[in-house]
Amino acid sequence: MPFIANTDEQRKQMLAEIGLSMEGLFSDIPKGLLAGKLDIGEGLPEQEVRGVLAELSGKNSIDLTLFLGGGFYDHFIPSAVYSIISRSEFYTAYTPYQPEVSQGTLQAIYEYQSMICRLTGMEAANASLYDGGTAMYEAMMMALRITGRNKVIIDDSVNPIYRVMIESYTKNLHIELVKTHCETGQANREQILSKLDTDTAAVILQNPNFFGCVDDFGDIAKAAHDKGALLVVSCYPISLGILKTPGAMGADIVTGEGQSLGLPMSFGGPYLGFMATKMEHVRKMPGRIIGRTKDRNGKDCFVMTLQAREQHIRREKATSNICSNEALCALTALVYLSLLGKEGLRETAQLCADKASYAYGRLTAIPGVRPHFKAKWFFNEFVLDLPKEAADVIAKLIEKGFAAGFPLSRYYPDMKNSILVCVTEKRTKEQIGMFAEALESVL
Amino acid sequence: MVVKGLFYTQEHEWAKVEGDIATIGITDHAQEALGELTFVELPEVGKEVSQKGEIAVVESSKAASDVYSPVAGKVTEANTQLTTKPEIINDDCYGAGWICKMRITDKASIKNLMDATKYEEYLKGL
Repeated sequence: MPFIANTDEQRKQMLAEIGLSMEGLFSDIPKGLLAGKLDIGEGLPEQEVRGVLAELSGKNSIDLTLFLGGGFYDHFIPSAVYSIISRSEFYTAYTPYQPEVSQGTLQAIYEYQSMICRLTGMEAANASLYDGGTAMYEAMMMALRITGRNKVIIDDSVNPIYRVMIESYTKNLHIELVKTHCETGQANREQILSKLDTDTAAVILQNPNFFGCVDDFGDIAKAAHDKGALLVVSCYPISLGILKTPGAMGADIVTGEGQSLGLPMSFGGPYLGFMATKMEHVRKMPGRIIGRTKDRNGKDCFVMTLQAREQHIRREKATSNICSNEALCALTALVYLSLLGKEGLRETAQLCADKASYAYGRLTAIPGVRPHFKAKWFFNEFVLDLPKEAADVIAKLIEKGFAAGFPLSRYYPDMKNSILVCVTEKRTKEQIGMFAEALESVL
Repeated sequence: MVVKGLFYTQEHEWAKVEGDIATIGITDHAQEALGELTFVELPEVGKEVSQKGEIAVVESSKAASDVYSPVAGKVTEANTQLTTKPEIINDDCYGAGWICKMRITDKASIKNLMDATKYEEYLKGL
């Protein structure tokens, strides 16, 4: 049954009015993308439809032992996270239309912003964006606004999914996207510095990068600032439990995907984009911002602040057309971080790094398996070169109960035999051992 | 309140012309309509603007508005006091609350502006 209930007759009238056929109406959409018919019989009773759907969902592999990362990570989520965020005061509230009445919601967002600032080493954060990729796009646009320039340098060690999003967003804008190629595992200094000039608005990097390698962008930040350009860094928040913050490296805008902060992995989200910057750029930052102030009785209270940047006031000159945020996901991140605390976050990050280091040792000891990069500076992900095509090996390991990793040839065509392996604190020594044995057996 | 001797635009900016230099600000009507100002985005010295080109942004708790240049010119000085005390514009919009000074590049563009009498009439008609 169609979602919008109008009759064939009404549809015919509407099409006649605008002088189009149904095919003509949807001619802008490529044929392959149009929804086809569902492969479920017509007019089935609910019970049978449920049966069909249950059978379909049963085909999902949900019991695999995960060594798959690449931007989304399998971290342990304390049960209290869900209990707290599913309180109806939080769970049912959409954007508060009378925001200052919802002091609890505003306080939660304010605390979330404070935690993002502490994590990233920055001075101001917004109330969240859709996901890591859109946050990076917004950071790029923000850098263009701040500098009044239109050239952007992006290294190919940045998550390829984010890069595809940026290319798709900017295809029809007057932005010059310059790509540099990562060879050693660290950002390609030589190429970046040779392309950096006084037309450059921003250099966009990621730490740890898509290959899991850890870097310190301090030198690139300085070089960018010397030319009046900004440094945008995307980061993996859990890693900040032990790694140097982007703020300490001199980054001007920091973004990232917040899924690892207590959000379950799900195909398509909802996820959490975070963004933080220096105070001097706060007016150019998109998104909602909650501030703390005093009411007329001198008591602490929370308000939406700097709203004149936003769409409902600045119209087409707003800092972004996205004025919504992922409030419930941001709350989840806040609750997760509060439950872990400073020590817990550090321990989680350290466990990830230690277990990844152990797995790296076990896996590279397998005959024919070699590390792709010489440098061993990684956080919890690393690239291995296998003696066979990675995609085939991954397919065989799924049958043995492992999601072995990410086949890099999907985005890097010359890396056919390379696999990106991820280890979180959830993996046990036994699981890592069994994984090493399984990998050896299929090579 | 309108001050004699200044030139005015329909967007409520004023310009005081002294030789080649024009001092620019927003009018009493504009500051009254905006309410207490919370932020002013000043132009960079050296910026070149055409007549009616965007030169600054004034922001209050209820609105943010672009300030358009009354004349074509090149910015020679910005009132940096406004960075920390934007409310000076509310207190003294024709004096200490000036926004920037410009070297006029096209003196003919002044002819397009209103004098105090015309601007007063214009305000009455709003």
